[in-house]
Amino acid sequence: MLNPRYEVAFKLYPYERVADQEGAPVRHPVVIVGGGPVGMALALDLGKRGTPVLVLDDHEGVGQGSRAICFAKRTLEIADRLGFGTALRDKGIVWNVGKVFHGESQIFEFNLQPETGHRNPAFINLQQPYFERLLVEEIRRAQADGAPIEIRGGNRLTGLVDKGEYVVAEVETPDGDYALEADWLVACDGARSPVRESLNLGFEGRVFEDNFLIADVRMKAQFPTERWFWFEPPFKDAGQSALLHKQPDDVWRLDFQLGWDIDRAVELEPSRVRARVGAMLGADVEYELFWTSIYTFQCRRMETFRHGNVFFAGDAAHQVSPFGARGANSGIQDAENLAWKLDLVARGVASDGLLDSYSAERVAAAEENILNSTRATDFLTPKSDISRIFRNAVLDLAGACAFARPLVNSGRLSLPTVYDGLPLNGPDELDGPQCSRVGAPCVDLQLGNGFLLDQLSGDFTLMTIDAQALESLSEAGVNVSRLALSATDDPSGALRERYLGQAKSAVYLIRPDQHIVARWPAFDEAVVRAAIGMALGKA
Amino acid sequence: MNLTLDPNIEDADGFYEELLEAHRELSKADSDAFNARLILVLCNHIGDRKIIRAALDAAKALNG
Ligand SMILES: Cc1cc2nc3c(=O)[nH]c(=O)nc-3n(C[C@H](O)[C@H](O)[C@H](O)COP(=O)(O)OP(=O)(O)OC[C@H]3O[C@@H](n4cnc5c(N)ncnc54)[C@H](O)[C@@H]3O)c2cc1C
Repeated sequence: MLNPRYEVAFKLYPYERVADQEGAPVRHPVVIVGGGPVGMALALDLGKRGTPVLVLDDHEGVGQGSRAICFAKRTLEIADRLGFGTALRDKGIVWNVGKVFHGESQIFEFNLQPETGHRNPAFINLQQPYFERLLVEEIRRAQADGAPIEIRGGNRLTGLVDKGEYVVAEVETPDGDYALEADWLVACDGARSPVRESLNLGFEGRVFEDNFLIADVRMKAQFPTERWFWFEPPFKDAGQSALLHKQPDDVWRLDFQLGWDIDRAVELEPSRVRARVGAMLGADVEYELFWTSIYTFQCRRMETFRHGNVFFAGDAAHQVSPFGARGANSGIQDAENLAWKLDLVARGVASDGLLDSYSAERVAAAEENILNSTRATDFLTPKSDISRIFRNAVLDLAGACAFARPLVNSGRLSLPTVYDGLPLNGPDELDGPQCSRVGAPCVDLQLGNGFLLDQLSGDFTLMTIDAQALESLSEAGVNVSRLALSATDDPSGALRERYLGQAKSAVYLIRPDQHIVARWPAFDEAVVRAAIGMALGKA
Repeated sequence: MNLTLDPNIEDADGFYEELLEAHRELSKADSDAFNARLILVLCNHIGDRKIIRAALDAAKALNG
């Protein structure tokens, strides 16, 4: 028997007995342990690229309960490439405005609406179980189209042996145990990562001494679709900070910062939760308690995300506080970073060394996320008298003095990491804009009736703007297709502003994950070929 | 621009009196809060991170 560790919201991949469970262990090219958002995104990406992938998850569907609600623009862009962006936007709630209060008074308001000409908003709010369900539905469509993805629900990894060339996984099912082998195994098995435990690997960082009560309530309320955040909230027993944020289906996320020395069981008693919620919403508001839980937060990561043929992605590799929505959002970027590399290596196009860059790039991203998340948490939970004094001074000044507002930190919202100075990067020889420098993910813009990002192929792309180049070229086994643009294609001027700056023409080499490898003012075949080699880890 | 550690305030005694005067009726907690606001206002006025860092270092050098 396999005991569930949590309640399932949507049963999507019921356990089924498979032939692998009999006889000698069967070898798979890529096995993903954990079918959360990160594991499933990786499976979808690999499968769409044609590399066979097997997902093991110890439940039969996605977990109930309130975790991620804010999905960032980059996640939506990745979802667009993978085919489920529209489904997310249709179900999610777009928001742009945030208000910050100190006690009774609003100290400022911000608008995240980026420049125009992006297909996606800065954020949508969507309950994590919906996000995961829409992702699995896209996997089902991909499978129907022949993508070699297999999901085994009710399959729990219980042990792992690293044999050097491959790994052996021990799996527990309702029908008993079996073993399987994998050329590469990716641990997407969450913060407690049994894979990490099996290999005895460290997970170091900081625990924040604070408890946050989450109450998701369902109500027909008149509150606007905005993120409201209070420091020292004026409602009774609301704790040191509070949050109100809308989700689909008339569900609202309420979050109260309760401090460290609390009795969790007492605080979770429905009558106590209701007293708090009532004080915040007003006595006359009718609502239904949909979900409550208490969370504590940590910021920590593994030292490297690759150990031989085992990779770590998502919460298994790094954990951040939710302030800034960097958990799932950064995990999805891990998945997209690894997918194209693993695909090229599994198909024998690129050599194993390319896979090292996964760890280098995503460790840099995790560092950035942990830094941001730690700073936000330090602002929310001052660690000493003097840090509280400065924090409150910032809040006191912020109402009257504009300069203090950027110091107020209730979470810096997740942006994709630029891989500045990392080994796969080629030359940056264009005197172009900062936002499209080497290492950055391509910035979207509207082109005719569509968007730039939709025109990137999912493989390597050579994007030329008012520059000559070969129509296509093939180097070291990868095909590079050309996207020929002209500044005159875009009357809004965004193409010029985001990709040319002062330059008259530009040539961009773009990776399968839409990050920029190199850029030049003009095309030079030998130089472009060399940059492709670098991007494949051959430097 | 570099951080000035040479005398730069006209009427030093008058300035010092003004500084203390601003704290005169304040409790310890209110004084601490006042100082914090003052530091933030001044740092923002300086703006230049290099100079602010040099100022932090100059103050740190005297830590016990
Ligand atoms: C209160 C809260 C709010 C948050 N808000 C946000 C937000 O707004 N935006 C955001 O981006 N992130 C947010 N996060 C973080 C986000 O929820 C996580 O980062 C995200 O779920 C990580 O995804 P994952 O796939 O790495 O891991 P998980 O979602 O933890 O998935 C791991 C999977 O592995 C499976 N598994 C575990 N052990 C085994 C095993 N032995 N064998 C097989 N399968 C196994 C599990 O059942 C699970 O399905 C929030 C988190 C919390 C707690």
